[in-house]
Amino acid sequence: MVQRMVLALFLTVLTSVCVHADTLRMAVTTSFHNSGLSDVLLPLAEAEIGLTVELVVVGTGQALRLGRAGDVDAILVHSKAAEIEFVEQGFGTHRREIMYNDFVIVGPSSDPAQVAASSDVVGALSAIRNAEAIFVSRGDDSGTHRRELALWNRTDDGIPTEAWYRPVGAGMGAALNVAVGMDAYVLSDRASWLNFGRKDGLAVLFEGDPTLFNQYGYLPVSAARHPHVKAQSAQAFEDWLTSPSTQATIGSYEIDGQTLFVPNAKQ
Amino acid sequence: MGDIWEGLEAAFWLIVTLDPELVQISLRSLQVSITAVAIAALIGVPFGAWLAISRFRRRRATIAVLNALMGLPPVVVGLFVYLLLSRSGPFGVLGLLYTPTAMIIAQVIIATPLIASISHQAIRDLWADYHDLLISLNTTKRQRMRALVWDGRRSLLTATLAGFGRAIGEVGAIMIVGGNIENATRVLTTSIALETSKGNFALALGLGFVLIAIAIAINLGIHAISGTEREGRW
Amino acid sequence: MSILPVNLSNVTVEKRGKRIIGPVSMELPGGGLTIVLGPNGAGKTTLLRTMHGIERISGGDVRWQVSRREAELHQSFVFQTPIIMRRSVLDNIAYPLHLRGHPRKASRQQAEDWAQRIGLGDALERPATVLSGGERQKLALARALIIKPDIVFLDEPTANLDGSAMRDIEQLVQDAHESGMTIVLATHNLGQARRLGKEVIYIQDGVIQERSSAKAFFAGPEDAGAAAFINGDIV
Repeated sequence: MVQRMVLALFLTVLTSVCVHADTLRMAVTTSFHNSGLSDVLLPLAEAEIGLTVELVVVGTGQALRLGRAGDVDAILVHSKAAEIEFVEQGFGTHRREIMYNDFVIVGPSSDPAQVAASSDVVGALSAIRNAEAIFVSRGDDSGTHRRELALWNRTDDGIPTEAWYRPVGAGMGAALNVAVGMDAYVLSDRASWLNFGRKDGLAVLFEGDPTLFNQYGYLPVSAARHPHVKAQSAQAFEDWLTSPSTQATIGSYEIDGQTLFVPNAKQ
Repeated sequence: MGDIWEGLEAAFWLIVTLDPELVQISLRSLQVSITAVAIAALIGVPFGAWLAISRFRRRRATIAVLNALMGLPPVVVGLFVYLLLSRSGPFGVLGLLYTPTAMIIAQVIIATPLIASISHQAIRDLWADYHDLLISLNTTKRQRMRALVWDGRRSLLTATLAGFGRAIGEVGAIMIVGGNIENATRVLTTSIALETSKGNFALALGLGFVLIAIAIAINLGIHAISGTEREGRW
Repeated sequence: MSILPVNLSNVTVEKRGKRIIGPVSMELPGGGLTIVLGPNGAGKTTLLRTMHGIERISGGDVRWQVSRREAELHQSFVFQTPIIMRRSVLDNIAYPLHLRGHPRKASRQQAEDWAQRIGLGDALERPATVLSGGERQKLALARALIIKPDIVFLDEPTANLDGSAMRDIEQLVQDAHESGMTIVLATHNLGQARRLGKEVIYIQDGVIQERSSAKAFFAGPEDAGAAAFINGDIV
């Protein structure tokens, strides 16, 4: 009896070691995953090109680290400068633009800082600063966080250090939870916000400024540096992602009647 | 209050409809944690027993380290195991990262000090009782350990169940080394973290109730099989 | 071949710099029933434990007729407070046989016989930890005797027991003695010493003050302390 249990145990361990044959492991940002687009795309990829894509959902910073270490075969992130550096350092073979979505400023519907009336994003952020309204920052070195810091840097007084500015060091969903709890402003990608299940009292207050566009780049990890990566699968997935039919699928994905992504892969 | 009710409701429907995804992640949770705790017990119980009956120079220091390891933050364990199993790490060639095996390794590290420490305390008390008898009967160290482990099995089972509780409820380490990959390494706790981050509090709470239900069922089941609580007299 | 006689030469035991017994020199031949008598704190327990080899000796030595390792296999010790293992009555009694690698079935049969003898024949599978004080001590005695040792040490085996349990245990000790086992029994109960003893060792302040036949000792001890002790004085 005991021996059989032990045997069963070892079999479980052994079988769990085996991995599926045709799989691609890809690190993606939380914002991409939260959009729900992956739930549409991945089954489609499996059906059309027989490729199982395993997603490791992390922040952009961690995704780049995983790519550097060779722990994933490809990454899909949105932080252009870091991506270019990643390729230049030889960790990725190249960078392919896939699509973009956009960021929005979410805040209490009463809009105490009068953000909605701003003409551009710099004006909106300055309004928050002037009102000293609570602003929740991701603070986790993610693509969204880096973008937010870049935007603050374009305002007159740079990145805020006052008490109303609250870096939470968490993913998008967690940051939204905090913002709901504190009735605060927060910069979110549109997809995460639309899919967020607890919008209590918060609403999109500012959107549409072209500087809020959020470009996603696909970077296969270099097989020259990490020979074990599945370069062929990564290439196959890239070809599929950028094919006209998949691009059309991306462009037609919507939540609550709003399209989220604009496909822009160059053929 | 509303969220809690919705959570209970979500848990109820998840369970009665035997939601296939829930069944899958629950089974994976059990597979990972039971395997990890079995291995941890195979290491921790004999080590705790050995520590209880041995006298050596660094014994106090060893016990202090063991007790401190009980409080090891799972995230740190996760990071540590990640660095070992990463393709760029020493065991990268095994390709274990983002597999249930990686999660099992992390949970073994998390559960073993807890099981060893509680085992040590239980065995130490029993050893104080048995000391003169076992010395008088001229037992070898191996015989002592066998007698103490067998007669202390009820406390040791409790120690193992405590390890199981820590393992199955743990999220920090398995999130890092497992990656919470759907259909591959997603378990109950990482799902709860995911649903919370999506703001789906009711579903997250529902999964939490399922987790608690499973933990209770396992505890009751183990006690029923071993008959410990029924005999209850030693 | 018996492991007896045992010789103690200049044995001392010290704990934290304080001398508990010694120096003790004596020879104990086989076949006797020796009572170690003396007031509380005299060193009776330590003397028994020293002979049995479970006390750390500070000086001198204890020598058996065979090697120490061999001698250890042929002696048993019954503690004042019985140490009961958390297992069934049967498994408790059979444990020493189990340690010696005896076949399971034969061990259980022997243990069952012993359980019958000590009146626990209908409680074989009961957890031994729920037994009464008298039953526990009888069980400890059965566990000590099941290996048919050459010598049995009993340290105040009836100190906390009622009359009927005491009677049963004294009978078991008598039977063991008559079957040829050497008995060394420490007690401060004079009645028990009178009932059982063939020989008396009187110990006080860690030193053997007098050793004589039971008849001679109770007729009139030579040692003043022993006389006072028999008299019921506080010594």
